[in-house]
Amino acid sequence: MALRVCVRPLIFSNRVRVWGETLGLRNVIRPFSRHHALLSNSSPGSKVLLHFINQSGAKTSVTATEGESLLDIVINKNLQIDGFGACEGTLACSTCHLIFDESVYERLEPMADEEMDMLDLAYGLTKTSRLGCQVIVAPWMNGMTVRVPQGIKDQRVTQEAKNKQ
Amino acid sequence: MRNIKRSFLAMHNLLQASRCPRCPCVLSSSAQRLFSTCASSPKVCIVGGGPAGFYTAQHLLRARSDVVVDIYERLPVPFGLVRFGVAPDHPEVKNVINTFTQTAQHERCSFYGNVSVGTDVGVEELKKAYHAVVLSYGAEGNRPMGVPGENLAGVFSARDFVGWYNGLPSNKELCPDLSCDTAVVLGQGNVALDVARILLSPLDFLKKTDITQQALESLRASRVRRVLIVGRRGPLQIACTIKEVREMINLPETKADMLPGDFEGIAEALKDLPRPRKRLTELMLKTVKVDEGRQKANKQWGFRFLRSALEVLPDADGKKVTGIRLAVNTLEGSGEEARALPTGQTQDLECGLLISSIGYKSLPIDPSVPFDSRTSTVPNEMGRVSHTGGLYCSGWVKRGPTGVIATTMNDSFETARVLLKDVDSGTLDVSVNKAGAQEITGLLKSRGVRPVSFSEWEKINSEEMRRGEALGKPREKVLDVREMLEVAWSSS
Repeated sequence: MALRVCVRPLIFSNRVRVWGETLGLRNVIRPFSRHHALLSNSSPGSKVLLHFINQSGAKTSVTATEGESLLDIVINKNLQIDGFGACEGTLACSTCHLIFDESVYERLEPMADEEMDMLDLAYGLTKTSRLGCQVIVAPWMNGMTVRVPQGIKDQRVTQEAKNKQ
Repeated sequence: MRNIKRSFLAMHNLLQASRCPRCPCVLSSSAQRLFSTCASSPKVCIVGGGPAGFYTAQHLLRARSDVVVDIYERLPVPFGLVRFGVAPDHPEVKNVINTFTQTAQHERCSFYGNVSVGTDVGVEELKKAYHAVVLSYGAEGNRPMGVPGENLAGVFSARDFVGWYNGLPSNKELCPDLSCDTAVVLGQGNVALDVARILLSPLDFLKKTDITQQALESLRASRVRRVLIVGRRGPLQIACTIKEVREMINLPETKADMLPGDFEGIAEALKDLPRPRKRLTELMLKTVKVDEGRQKANKQWGFRFLRSALEVLPDADGKKVTGIRLAVNTLEGSGEEARALPTGQTQDLECGLLISSIGYKSLPIDPSVPFDSRTSTVPNEMGRVSHTGGLYCSGWVKRGPTGVIATTMNDSFETARVLLKDVDSGTLDVSVNKAGAQEITGLLKSRGVRPVSFSEWEKINSEEMRRGEALGKPREKVLDVREMLEVAWSSS
């Protein structure tokens, strides 16, 4: 089945437009301001290698462009993660939930309340979970691995697990 | 005879036109619909064109390159509660329609609107025409309050109220009287908060949404200034999610009217809570503090905890609601499982509008389908309907009316996976050819039922967007089924 080619309807939503701009800007500025030159030997728009591990454990490596969101990448590179990004990056669902290594997670831009609100509804929430639509690719992410949470077989089990957290 | 020959030639041409790489038979959708002879293509029928139906279809189509999926929907318009349930001020959630539209336009998928399964065509007939039938028809009933006065004027189910402002044809004549000062919403789930938010939102904001024009006019004249949202348990058991509470807090010129006493001891319980519950509770606690000092507001909303409906109080004529008598509860146990027990005390709240938002419930569709009236769901194991071969279910009819859209998505994918697993294992026999839609559309025709195709829905869609544009809204919904059909079948 044909996937969406582009996830740009987000410009129709005020809230997310503001979001996209602020996050995007910060990331463009970042290599020059906050990070060591060795880590950011790149100009804006540079290529970054990313690895995705899908629900069934298979690994796909893609070359992404700085400034794209991880949701953009999943859609544009046809990573075939069914149901990913249902609200098209407007912070209205949690279907682009991704799990990061702790060392990577700690370097990500801080999370806004609205993202955490949605993430709280995600399946298999972990301490290093983020929404893919809110994570913008930066040069320092080169070589990073992100995991798609596993599909949940039985929701009651999930609910119990959640309650025990 | 000549006609037969001509149609045979046409079929022959179609056969030549496209061949499936995986099997020697034709997979072009048009040819497939004519022939339906491809023994290796499983034909699946989905009952209900809401999110559960579309997500089930999406996964089936994506996972196998030969499965054919037909979606039957009672209304002429697709998308179920995404159209009629999701609040008009949540347009982002409705983005899922883009993906559903792609699914419907898939060459192996067809949409048949205006077909009521159980009335126009039976489930047994569908089972005969298809290898598998997936029930995804949702929860069209309400859990009743079960108290005296429930049927007084001014008392509505949230389903009807939501259906009214969202343009559900069966609710277009609801005409709620909004001339009172206080509305009470019974229930504290997200639907309850949607209703409260719509009642208190500034008109300037709502008028840019796809809320129906008639609801907008009623809300313009509304004198409701205070909405109390009543739950039988405490703040730690509240059913809504944090986004909806945040939206209430952020309503302009509206302040939260909470009872600080309700939150005694809650701060101490925070540390042991899972993150979602903890953040939600922290936000409510913050609201109690902040809004104590917030003066410039002419509207109010508030939660009322540990209260259950006992009786709807009528006016002197015994016709219209003037209030509700509530039982004061206490909690037995703690956490998510805590139970509300009546203390024997009661409390009356005055209100001119009472909206009961204590849950939806699925209804049985056909005597041949098992139904658990206790849980109001179709008994199933991971979507496989118990003791019934070839029958599956997804969405609310499978697991009950709870969860967000991602919940329904995951659960529908699960049903699709289980169904395909049954195909692979041979539990679901697809070796015998089935006629699918060809057989059903024939039956429908003989019964005088004309389905609405997806491209016919797109005519309704265009018309609604055109009407919306004239009003500065994304869409103005057609409220009448007959009018929908006229637009769908118009020649233009």
